[in-house]
Amino acid sequence: MSIGADINPHAPRPGNAVVSRLACALVQPILSRVVRKIAARHPSLFARLGPHQRTDFLIDPVELPFALHLQPDPQALIFRAVPRDAAPPAGATIRGRFMLLLELVDSEEDGDAAFFSRDLEVSGDTEAVVRLRNALDDVDGSIAEETAGMFGPVGRAILARLRRAYPNHSEGPDPR
Amino acid sequence: MSLAELICPSGTPAALRTAVDAGADAVYCGFQDATNARNFPGLNFTPDELEASVAYAHAKGTKVLLALNTYPPAGKVDLWRQAADTGARLGVDAFIVADMGVAHYIARTYPAVRLHLSVQAAASSPEAIRYYCENFGIKRVVLPRILTIPEIRQIRKEIPCEIETFIFGNHGLMVEGRCSLTNYLTGQSTNMDGVCSPASDVEYTRQADGSMSSQLAGFTIDCFGPDEKAGYPTICKGRYTAPHRPDGYYAFEEPISLNLSRLLPDLIDAGVHAFKIEGRQRSKSYVRGVVSAFRAAIDDIRAGRQANIANLVALTEGQKQTQGAFETKKWR
Repeated sequence: MSIGADINPHAPRPGNAVVSRLACALVQPILSRVVRKIAARHPSLFARLGPHQRTDFLIDPVELPFALHLQPDPQALIFRAVPRDAAPPAGATIRGRFMLLLELVDSEEDGDAAFFSRDLEVSGDTEAVVRLRNALDDVDGSIAEETAGMFGPVGRAILARLRRAYPNHSEGPDPR
Repeated sequence: MSLAELICPSGTPAALRTAVDAGADAVYCGFQDATNARNFPGLNFTPDELEASVAYAHAKGTKVLLALNTYPPAGKVDLWRQAADTGARLGVDAFIVADMGVAHYIARTYPAVRLHLSVQAAASSPEAIRYYCENFGIKRVVLPRILTIPEIRQIRKEIPCEIETFIFGNHGLMVEGRCSLTNYLTGQSTNMDGVCSPASDVEYTRQADGSMSSQLAGFTIDCFGPDEKAGYPTICKGRYTAPHRPDGYYAFEEPISLNLSRLLPDLIDAGVHAFKIEGRQRSKSYVRGVVSAFRAAIDDIRAGRQANIANLVALTEGQKQTQGAFETKKWR
């Protein structure tokens, strides 16, 4: 496993403090736009979160130079890139490889299976994580595709390139 | 040959549609309350969602079975009756019940709707099953996962109803329907509150050496080594130390899933009418993968072909699978 792909929270992560902050600044406008659109298209998602709409989730894609802070409150939605050394206190943390996290969002991978294999790590409020998982799982279609589609052919090309970069990203059951 | 119906889990409306599209003959689901044994946070159906889901399933020729398979505590039976009323109004094809009071209410109030006896009732003898059939009109029994295939074959000859067996998923059998382990630690019961190891009581902690411990209500119930596969945080799958086992051992069950894909022909031959896939708490990805695999296998067997089922071990608990008691009573 290369540096940065280890889900151990104490493992080295890519990018120094400057790179991390620069990367956050670059992706933040995209994240804000994405989360607003997704929330508008899938309002039923919030009901399944119940009391955890105000929980602070820290989503940690281990190969990226930053983590993601999500507070899925439909009245004050927060989804932002944060340097790991400046992340807010999290009610729940979800850690794994970026493509695995993306496929979990899209239900292309099974969260329990990823947990069993130790490719996914959760800590903090387990109920919050379970609610978020179930809420996302009830969304039809692909949030990744929707997100890519917001940026037209360029977005779709980036997503396709990302998927190619993770040749083993879909190691689920053989569908025959 | 039996009907070999494929009964598939649906924890959310999207999972239900996934199961239907993947080839389920029937789906089973529950409401967002204690009336079903998968009362997990963020899971299950509102009445409006169930109404739309029944319409979707029926349009594609798939039946919908409503799980009301928990035991009402004294004085709280109204919740179960209301759930039955709602299910009947929405046109579900059968109720899956465990409690005799719930069974009696539905049999008396909605005699035209099929009743299936849940695995939670733990009816494993012809005498017990016949009692349910004679008194409540049970049309199908879901057998506990403690019987061998020869025992199932014999039971089939002695009962007047259909048999459904689990074929894939959780292997947390214990004494089904009578497990109080979770209640002991958390105060919540699988059988009355519908939740085993409530998520609010579960915590995972990574240790400095890369191992991970799972705690339920503050009690450590397992610790997985850095490279060891993990399982669910249920007491019955916990690993404990004892004076004679200082290194820790699985005292009840171990993290492992049932997979009877290789036994499908034998089960069909034994007269099993329906095959149940466990996992309403699992994702659409799981539902799609497992339902598709078993749909193809059953179709192959029905057509007289050798079933070549997909490898599903990646979806199993602890990435281990067993044929359990179906193969031998000495499965552990």
